[in-house]
Amino acid sequence: MKDLSQAKNFDEFMEGIWRQNPVFVMVLGMCPALAVTVSAVNALAMGFATTFVLVCSCLLVSLMRKLVPKEVRIATYIVIIATFVTVVDYIIQALSLELYEALGAFIQLIVVNCIILGRAEAHASKHPPLTAITNALGMGIGFTIGLFALGGVREILGAGKFFGVSLFGANFQPWVVMVLPPGGFFVLGAWLLLFAALKRRKEAHLAASGDGHGA
Amino acid sequence: MNPSDQAPQATSAASLVKTLGLVSALCGVIIVGAYQGTYEAAAANRRLALERTIFRIVPAAKTMSEWQATTQGIRPAGGEAAAGAIKFYAAYAADGSLAGIAVEGAAKGYADVVRILYGYSPDCQCVNGIGVVAMKETPGIGDKIITDEAFLANFKALDVKLDQELARLANEVKVVKQGSKTDAWQIDAISGATVTSRAVGKAINDSAQVLLPKLVPNIEQLRKKES
Amino acid sequence: MSALTEIRSAPHIKSPRSVEQIMRNVVFSLLPVCAFFVYQYGLSAAASILVVTAACLLTERLFVRLGGQAGDLSDYSATITGVLLGLTLPPGFPLWMGFVAGFTAIALGKALFGGIGFNVFNPALVGRAFVQAAFPAAIATYTPSFLPGRFTEFIPSSLAWPLMAPADTAAWLKGMQLDAWTGATPLAKWKFEGTLTDAGDLLTSLAGHMAVGPSPALILLCGAYLALRRFMDWRIPAAILGSAGLTAWLIYAIGGPKYPDPFFMLFSGGLILGAVYMATDMATSPVTPRGMWVYGGLIGVLTVMIRYYGGLPEGVMYAILIANAATPLIEQITQPTPFGKGASIRAGRSASYTLHPDYISREEAAAKTSKKRFFKNKPKKP
Repeated sequence: MKDLSQAKNFDEFMEGIWRQNPVFVMVLGMCPALAVTVSAVNALAMGFATTFVLVCSCLLVSLMRKLVPKEVRIATYIVIIATFVTVVDYIIQALSLELYEALGAFIQLIVVNCIILGRAEAHASKHPPLTAITNALGMGIGFTIGLFALGGVREILGAGKFFGVSLFGANFQPWVVMVLPPGGFFVLGAWLLLFAALKRRKEAHLAASGDGHGA
Repeated sequence: MNPSDQAPQATSAASLVKTLGLVSALCGVIIVGAYQGTYEAAAANRRLALERTIFRIVPAAKTMSEWQATTQGIRPAGGEAAAGAIKFYAAYAADGSLAGIAVEGAAKGYADVVRILYGYSPDCQCVNGIGVVAMKETPGIGDKIITDEAFLANFKALDVKLDQELARLANEVKVVKQGSKTDAWQIDAISGATVTSRAVGKAINDSAQVLLPKLVPNIEQLRKKES
Repeated sequence: MSALTEIRSAPHIKSPRSVEQIMRNVVFSLLPVCAFFVYQYGLSAAASILVVTAACLLTERLFVRLGGQAGDLSDYSATITGVLLGLTLPPGFPLWMGFVAGFTAIALGKALFGGIGFNVFNPALVGRAFVQAAFPAAIATYTPSFLPGRFTEFIPSSLAWPLMAPADTAAWLKGMQLDAWTGATPLAKWKFEGTLTDAGDLLTSLAGHMAVGPSPALILLCGAYLALRRFMDWRIPAAILGSAGLTAWLIYAIGGPKYPDPFFMLFSGGLILGAVYMATDMATSPVTPRGMWVYGGLIGVLTVMIRYYGGLPEGVMYAILIANAATPLIEQITQPTPFGKGASIRAGRSASYTLHPDYISREEAAAKTSKKRFFKNKPKKP
């Protein structure tokens, strides 16, 4: 019985990281994903900030799930999410002003990130705290991985650097477009293409092997 | 259609208000806690960032204080800001003598407003350094204004002397095409980033035209360090 | 190709024209232009056109294989894209960036939309727009034409290592003791320095060491050949040049001599090449005759407006891309009226081919959906 619940928890955790990845599968929260991922550091910071908000608000929503009447649940969730976004806003200001300026208005905009409200409504309000946190943590990490995949590529091509470390020497020709908004769309499109191709190949493979068994 | 079918268990308004009030109160407590917890560190960060920029522009500086220039003269900042007051920062060297003055200026660039901080040296009556506070110019083109050595050389001693009546600059600060700088009050533009270069020039000119006539007559007030 | 049987829906019109034949003729008509370009800039220009075209062909091959899209290298469409793209890039453009441009042109401009005939934007211009955004400094670096020794040595920026910044051509030109000949294009000179180049010199591109593309006169000549053999519709170039000339003339007439004369506007930059070869791309321009005039007029006005009021000196590329995007709309509002429908349509002031209310099936019109069924007795999942 314990093994079963552990396996279920692990499954909840992995859901956000792979099967329901917010960036690559659900394509949610694109506003911060495209806007701030000009470097790996920014992407990670944004990912962690979102994860923090996601986990804290899912915990609170899950704890209060029996108290909150159905009619005001969305209002309650928004208030809770806005609270933690404000908290994150203060924390980042205290940690690093440079980071705060690089992320700009997008920290405050975490509040409208559909992943958070989506998770609160679809998952946390129906599950006990532990499960809710596990799932939220997975989603947050999945989102961070997604942002990192965008930010890493954009920093390498757009500045020739990775985490601020120069990769190609001083003579590198930066691809200016990659650190501009269109670059975000190009890179996201390329990643989605890659994942779609992988998925299709896997399905074709499964279908082929399934036929083999049937015969 | 029967309304009672639509909402099987209607919650009373009082309980809705109660829940919302409870949640809001809880969230308020969390926010206040976070604000109190981070206020000191955030303020220190902001001061540090400003100081770092100012100390880069005025390398001899060790400490700084904030001042205001109004129509009546200049006075240390603090208390309520008078209408139309212009903020500037006086930077002092280790021995307490005035090392330079840092002023903020802003002008419309290619993408958005370019906000810069420039250093004014009362001894040579010139601008002797610039730093960027905030800008959104195209990376790789517009941000040459902080990386291009030839452009930054313009601000080693950019002449901003006042005229006889001390009412305006003797010579307007002007941005000219690259390679055609002839006078000390001209700025050689970066070729390919003309718009951003012009914004820097305009920011300095606009701010100096207003501030310096108020500042220069009262410069002695700044000489001694307030502590 | 001819061995394959194609099954198509009516009408079956027998025509000696095939896509392949049209495209082949366009390529042939481009050959003199390319030759002139190589004559102007030597080795670097030849290498640039070859590399860009090769990149286009390779990418086309890759995507036709991967995606199972229609199309074949033998239909010459990727060749046209490559050659045109090569002609619009500066001759000293680093070859690796040229490769990126060619790849993007086909991948982003064509394959993404479903291959030949489905593209919304002119692929060559998509490629150019990408490198314009990615490498704004390199694409604005021109070198003067007719340099001595251009057939024996490359422009140094051409041979930059992949991913690396190109060598400084200004220093190279100084080394040749040619600092009097700047690498600025006539449009950049006008925009940033306020000096005008003689329109007659621009028309032939032969006078002196100017940083210009192939001669507009030659391009017009090649375009005339295509138009005469009906491989291209003459209306589009005529509309573009007419509207651009008219707009420039209006501004010149009203604004006075501080604005350049209309002939300078027409013959400078890539306007002629764009009007004759880019805007006339069959998949991305309207098919209705009236639509062609609207489309061309839009491009002409936009080009002049971007040149006068935009941040960049050249605007042909963006003007054509914007008009490409507007093409479906232009086609819709310029539909010719079917024979015999004129009066009724005009009275109704509606688009042709409206759906008559009677054609909506009775069943659907009378159908009532019980809301209860949707909200209450949800079918349970098995």
